[in-house]
Amino acid sequence: MAAFPPRPTGSEADVFRRRRRGRNIAIVLVLAGLAVLFYAVTIVKLVLP
Amino acid sequence: MSDLSSDMADTDRGEKSSLSSHVDGTEDDVRDWIALLKPRVMSLVVFTGLIGVVVAPGHLHPILAFTAVLCIAVAAGACGAINMWYDRDIDAVMKRTRNRPIPAGRISPGGALGFGIVLAVGSVIVMEVTINAMAAAVLALSIGFYVFIYTMWLKRRTPQNIVIGGAAGAFPPVIGWVAVTGSVDLIPLILFAIVFIWTPPHFWSLALWANDDYRRAGVPMLPVVAGAKETRKQIVLYSLLLVPVTLVPWYLGFSGAIYGVAAAVLGLGFLVCVARVFTDKQDAAGVSLTNDAPARAAFKYSILYLFVLFAALAVDRLIG
Repeated sequence: MAAFPPRPTGSEADVFRRRRRGRNIAIVLVLAGLAVLFYAVTIVKLVLP
Repeated sequence: MSDLSSDMADTDRGEKSSLSSHVDGTEDDVRDWIALLKPRVMSLVVFTGLIGVVVAPGHLHPILAFTAVLCIAVAAGACGAINMWYDRDIDAVMKRTRNRPIPAGRISPGGALGFGIVLAVGSVIVMEVTINAMAAAVLALSIGFYVFIYTMWLKRRTPQNIVIGGAAGAFPPVIGWVAVTGSVDLIPLILFAIVFIWTPPHFWSLALWANDDYRRAGVPMLPVVAGAKETRKQIVLYSLLLVPVTLVPWYLGFSGAIYGVAAAVLGLGFLVCVARVFTDKQDAAGVSLTNDAPARAAFKYSILYLFVLFAALAVDRLIG
């Protein structure tokens, strides 16, 4: 008989959702920053002799 | 790559960990992943790397300069994450590191290692693609030196760990310089030497008062192995060597009077600080009777010293 972890309570589930949301926002910001950076570097490389 | 006093960097994140540590897979939040990068240490690395870019002859477009410094910062963060992965056992027994994300159970060891490797590889690739191959090679060398030579080999084996390992933290100005010029020259090697010789008195000042932690963890820091008295002597000797080396850029004509005067005055202040460490009230074994107040002051001053010294070099180059 497999032992399942206890179901999170309401407040624990809230903490879980808040942290997951924080991680997701951070990843989006990092990816967007990288996209902007690579775009800018590409333009600079194209323009510079 | 990272400043070696990084071990003291992040002790303020532990209090919240019990909040939901039993919620499977949700212990970490963004701040824990940032803590893995040792952001306080990163600031010194970024600064010295930036100075390397600023004082190097030639011109690098500001966006490329930003990218180069970002790569140095990310690589330093990667070193911090891999260091925390490798040292998780000793971090768990040291008072000031036991609340780090891995020993506190908020981030898994594998997750931290993967994070560090991705950032390390990513920073080197981006440096190669956007800046130049030489800068990427030196960056890779610095990461390898910090991870393999310092963290995995020296740190637990010899009291000279931070002397040799100090080279890892001395690479950033060289990388910054090479990012601009594409080659290694005498001046970046002098900047390397300044950080390299500065590291032992800086770190041993910390080790004097963090002695108990290192002893408990079995890390053979100089105060643990040779005692506080010998450590005080070594701090003075390295400081006496450091001050003349900081004057070399002025002596060679690379910098002018602004830097020369700043290096002399700052060096004098440094020598006064370490003289106080040496003459601190102590017992027969050299253990401080003043709660290591002079050593704490010397540690703080050493950080300010390097910041102002390098800033003076940049100002001198920009004005002169």
